[in-house]
Amino acid sequence: MRKIIAVLIFAAMLLPIAAIAADWQPARPVEFVVASGAGGGTDIFARTVQSIVLKHKLMAQPIVVLNKGGGSGAEGFVYVKSATADPHKLVFGTNNEWMLPLVAKVGWKYDELTPVAAMAFDEFLLWTRPNAPWKSASEYVADAKKRPGDMRMGGSQSKDTDEVLTRMIEKASGIKVMYVPFKSGGEAAVQLAGGHIDSNTNNPAENIGQWKGGQGTPLCVFSKTRLPAGPKVTATMGWSDIPTCKEQGIPIEEYKMPRDVFLPGGVAEGVLAFYAQMFKKVSETPEWAEYIAKTSQSSQYMAPADLKAFIKADEERGRKLFEEQGWLVK
Amino acid sequence: MFENLPLLMNGFAIAVSPYNIMLMIVGVFLGILVGVLPGLGAPNGVTLLMPLTFGMNPVSAIILLTSMYWGALYGGSTTSILFNIPGEPSSVATTFDGYPMAKAGRATEALTTAFMSSGFGALFGVVMVTILSSWATGFALKFSPVEYFSVFMLAFGSFVAFGGGSPIKTVVSLGLGLAWAGIGMDTVSGSMRLTYGFTELSRGINLLVVVIGLYGIAELCQTMQESVGSMEPVASKLSPREVFRAALAMPRYWIALLRSACIGLWMGITPGGPTAATFMSYGVGRRFSKAGARFGTGHPEGLVSSEVADQAAGSAAMLPMLALGLPSSATAAVLLGGLMIWGVTPGPTLFAERPDFVWGLIASMYVSNLVCVIMALTTVPLFAAVLRVPFSITGPLIVIVCLVGAWTVGSNMTDIWMVLAFGAIGYFMSRLHYPVAPLVLAMVLGDRTEDAFRQSMILAKGSIWVFWSNPLAGTIITVALLCFALPGFTALWRLASRRR
Repeated sequence: MRKIIAVLIFAAMLLPIAAIAADWQPARPVEFVVASGAGGGTDIFARTVQSIVLKHKLMAQPIVVLNKGGGSGAEGFVYVKSATADPHKLVFGTNNEWMLPLVAKVGWKYDELTPVAAMAFDEFLLWTRPNAPWKSASEYVADAKKRPGDMRMGGSQSKDTDEVLTRMIEKASGIKVMYVPFKSGGEAAVQLAGGHIDSNTNNPAENIGQWKGGQGTPLCVFSKTRLPAGPKVTATMGWSDIPTCKEQGIPIEEYKMPRDVFLPGGVAEGVLAFYAQMFKKVSETPEWAEYIAKTSQSSQYMAPADLKAFIKADEERGRKLFEEQGWLVK
Repeated sequence: MFENLPLLMNGFAIAVSPYNIMLMIVGVFLGILVGVLPGLGAPNGVTLLMPLTFGMNPVSAIILLTSMYWGALYGGSTTSILFNIPGEPSSVATTFDGYPMAKAGRATEALTTAFMSSGFGALFGVVMVTILSSWATGFALKFSPVEYFSVFMLAFGSFVAFGGGSPIKTVVSLGLGLAWAGIGMDTVSGSMRLTYGFTELSRGINLLVVVIGLYGIAELCQTMQESVGSMEPVASKLSPREVFRAALAMPRYWIALLRSACIGLWMGITPGGPTAATFMSYGVGRRFSKAGARFGTGHPEGLVSSEVADQAAGSAAMLPMLALGLPSSATAAVLLGGLMIWGVTPGPTLFAERPDFVWGLIASMYVSNLVCVIMALTTVPLFAAVLRVPFSITGPLIVIVCLVGAWTVGSNMTDIWMVLAFGAIGYFMSRLHYPVAPLVLAMVLGDRTEDAFRQSMILAKGSIWVFWSNPLAGTIITVALLCFALPGFTALWRLASRRR
């Protein structure tokens, strides 16, 4: 009996410690490091989260947003990686956290950062220039088959999401296109509007302005199902009127890019739990729903463990594809 | 041409409310403040202010942020003139004549000339934006990498070819700039270049770090060497009457004003950006102005050339930003991010969909630039008085400001070491009479020129003749090549006439 009581007392003494650990709160201003330049998709993601956290007072400490987009985001990841165990630095990125180390010599390995949450997945579409002779993705593929290496496909950066998708399309539908890398998806959208390239694979938010103005048309979306119906974007079409690429005969099930957040390596469990909880709350606000709708992404919250498993699987998939292309950095 | 007038009037009705005027004054004031501190600059200032605007309506938000941008452009000129430290890359060309003027005790005149020129450039830019809004966006859409490359070559050609000094030393300086611009991630191949395994170099070398080092620190070393023993402060006339005199002298430079405004407008719309515009305008001015030979020794016309082009390009660049979503400067990129958060999608339909926003912004540009000129001119005597402080006090302060500026660029210790290294490089370059300006120009444009060239080559499957495949690109590139060939021709001509 005495033993049991002793154990109980000991357990009771432990409890507050556990409670303190779970209730960890930031003690200093928190840095939101953006692994992209100002104005890009990742930047808007981070600033939207910032505005929601401020509005709903989800954190007592103020937030400082820092853009560290040098070297395609390498600057931001290296900065947070070198702040080992610092609970006041978070980096906002995409799949470049685990894809970039595969293709370029950078200063971190993908498992040196702690995944905190994925909050949304951005869709990819196949867009074509105004007055293009092809009216659907299947016609586009048929035409590309006739003239290998002639179809001009624009995208943001080399060996990055856009080129990866382009190579996947080539493999899946047996065509060969000419890939032209630009600095950003926005630049590729303007080149498409001017008719200097035939197609690009921009995210919805990157091309919506051009679509509205009749300077680019969506052919298909790389998703299992059509996008949710929203208000009409042009006079006749809305997002849900765009067929999936699979429907159109391009056998790619799905291609999406996560919007995710990382902490440095070696942070305490309680820290991770605090931020994971905070981002979950953010993802449940009406402002978040509005951001998702406006940028036509799909909202999907992923807890730390799920994200970790997702990254592992995706990294292996990427490694295989890059090996085929001869992109792996030694 | 005048169909936009009612829209503009409507814009004035939106922009000119007491609340918005107050925002303009606050924005301009903060802008001048951050502009004066090198490194903090417009992009950082606007980023810091951004969270405050999330709750505002989009028109007021953009008025506040653009006012800050205009203010920072004025503030950036101030340090260029007084201390040879450009607060922004686009005010590098302002140092060429502004700083010699200040050194000769004409700081008040230089500051007044710069601010009046800025005001004129901005006004010209906004008027043109009002008139050309529908035409200009269609024109900018014609630009593929082929045309971009031609425009960049023209900027290089017009500055480098018309410059003085030894051609070989100019080429060396250009080459160094191009090499440094190539450090970091390469867009076209997607791999790291010239980093030699240093993680720190993977983000490339920031232009502001280079500029602060090459101008600010190097100039301090120079001053110390020259004035050992005689650390006398520079006397300059401070009376408001001096400000008036300089302002009234402006019409004398009407040719320079118009020429530079047109160059600025062209570079803003195409969009080559304000920094390229200032270099191009200065280069063209040096070649074609009667006073060209005296450029660089402290001639007001050189100052006019760079300041007018800077502001005209900055205002005109609002057009491609709104209508195409193409930012032509670092600050424009930040503003673009803001637009998305406020729920405004830039694109060709923005003008039709949100006339209140677009014309509210354009109308506010008229008013806020007026606010800028007034506020800047009233501070002239204050700023000029700084030069009366002995160098033994301002010198160390400038070092601190330079290093803090370098720190704010990326909160990174490496940047501070780099500023000091570039300071040493700049010092030795000027001792050995290597021009620094071509290096800066190469760093501004090198990366984009290279990208445009390689993109063109991919599109054309390696055929160089693509640059003459349409009249627009063909004309620009031919003029650019003629600019490069000009010094050679002139030399041959002289040789031939001497033989005779």
